[in-house]
Amino acid sequence: MAIISTVGLARTFSTPKGPVAAVRGIDLTVSPGEIVGLPGPNGAAKTTTLRMLTTLLSPTGGAATVAGCDLVRDPAGVRRESGYVAQSGGVDPNLTVREELVTQGRLYRLLRTEAVARAAELGLADLLDRKAGALSGGQRGRLDIAMGLTNRPAVLFLDEPTTGLDPGSRADLWKLARRVHTEHGTTVVLTTHYLDEADALTDRLVIVDRGVVVTDGTPRDLKRRHTGSPDATLQDTFLAITGHGIAPDAPALPTATAPTTA
Amino acid sequence: MAATLSALCSDTALIFSRYARQTLRSRFQMLFGILMPLLYLLFFGPLLTDLPLGSEGDSWQVLVPGLLLQLGLFGASYAGFAVLIEKQSGVLERMRVTPVSRLALLLGRVLRDAAVFVFQAVLLVLAALVIGLRAPVGGVLVSLAFVALLTVSLASLSYALALRVNTPQEFGPTINTLTMPAMLLSGLMLPMTLAPAWLDALSHLIRFRYLVDAVRAAFVGDFVSSQMLYGSLVGAALSVIAVTIDTRVFTSVSA
Repeated sequence: MAIISTVGLARTFSTPKGPVAAVRGIDLTVSPGEIVGLPGPNGAAKTTTLRMLTTLLSPTGGAATVAGCDLVRDPAGVRRESGYVAQSGGVDPNLTVREELVTQGRLYRLLRTEAVARAAELGLADLLDRKAGALSGGQRGRLDIAMGLTNRPAVLFLDEPTTGLDPGSRADLWKLARRVHTEHGTTVVLTTHYLDEADALTDRLVIVDRGVVVTDGTPRDLKRRHTGSPDATLQDTFLAITGHGIAPDAPALPTATAPTTA
Repeated sequence: MAATLSALCSDTALIFSRYARQTLRSRFQMLFGILMPLLYLLFFGPLLTDLPLGSEGDSWQVLVPGLLLQLGLFGASYAGFAVLIEKQSGVLERMRVTPVSRLALLLGRVLRDAAVFVFQAVLLVLAALVIGLRAPVGGVLVSLAFVALLTVSLASLSYALALRVNTPQEFGPTINTLTMPAMLLSGLMLPMTLAPAWLDALSHLIRFRYLVDAVRAAFVGDFVSSQMLYGSLVGAALSVIAVTIDTRVFTSVSA
């Protein structure tokens, strides 16, 4: 039984210049407990896909279920069963870690103590009374993930979780994502434009290009299939698949950029 | 149904307390909000005391209701700015992916706005008392309730607009374009009874005028009057429109 299943999931935006098909039709099946990566450059429809799967954006075509709940008919069910961490995070810099975690917990109808316990599990116990704005990049990343895990979701969606972080913090977050995955069997779907991250962290890569899934498989499989060598770099593999690459070390962007809509 | 309602109430209380806490942390902002009406009270009010304003009551009973509406109008209209900031920081989306009631996300915020308004309005009325206002207590309380309701409607509309636009550069001018004529054509500062016939007629097209007249009537203790009736009707119609638009916008962006 798939935990995520989409058929022809599509989103067209109407713009002054006419309709723009950001996502043309995503067919995707994810089994429980997988860590799936959607690598690709900005504008490859990764975020739009994630925003549809988390009920933030209604699809204009196709259908999908997340944790057995239909995206369109039962958005409340999808929200109950999943967690989402946006690229921009989503905590108020003026509130303390405790305040944000407790509010988040109560939005999921948890008790105050449960929310704080979640903080301890993720190594935030010492930071509870710190203002979110005063945390380091890595600590912020951990808080964002803790917020997304508040309801112990069956599926956790991470949008560019490590963009803008230093290498140490990135490694920490990878470890954290792995741990959550092994301890709770959480299914993780993440987007990234760091191919090393996709390579190191995920069981399966789903390559989305120009709004459709072009191929998917384990990183090793994809390398062998598309470049003929299992030891090829993911950068070369990506290039072979899509005809264009991803800048391997894209400059680290500050996380608080304008909201991505496509 | 009962379970839905109790969930709505507890969600609303939760959202309200989050934003109330945020507000309490920026007391400066709260006081800053009453600065404009307070300056009008201190430096504009005294100019009116000996002028024939053509309405019931003394000049303070004409000016203070206008200032209360000014406070409500400007405070509530710009409430949406906070949503723009939250859109950028991701806070809004983070809340929208939780099972929290969509309506509670709105109600918690506008109730906070109404509470802030009442607090500021009480300060303004107290200052006015010191400077010379005399008005029936009942009338003042009715006025506060009236403008608090207006705050709820306008703040809801402001949030709806903020959800629709993407940048402060779109939001600010739109709000300005709507609030300035509302202020000038409603007789907020000076009653429209002073206006030439064409301006008076024009001001009747701006429904906001009926609210201003109703609050002025309340300030002279005139509760059973056509002004009160029209004001209440306009106030009620505005709330219905605001809630309808909002429910649409909130469900369409978060379906």
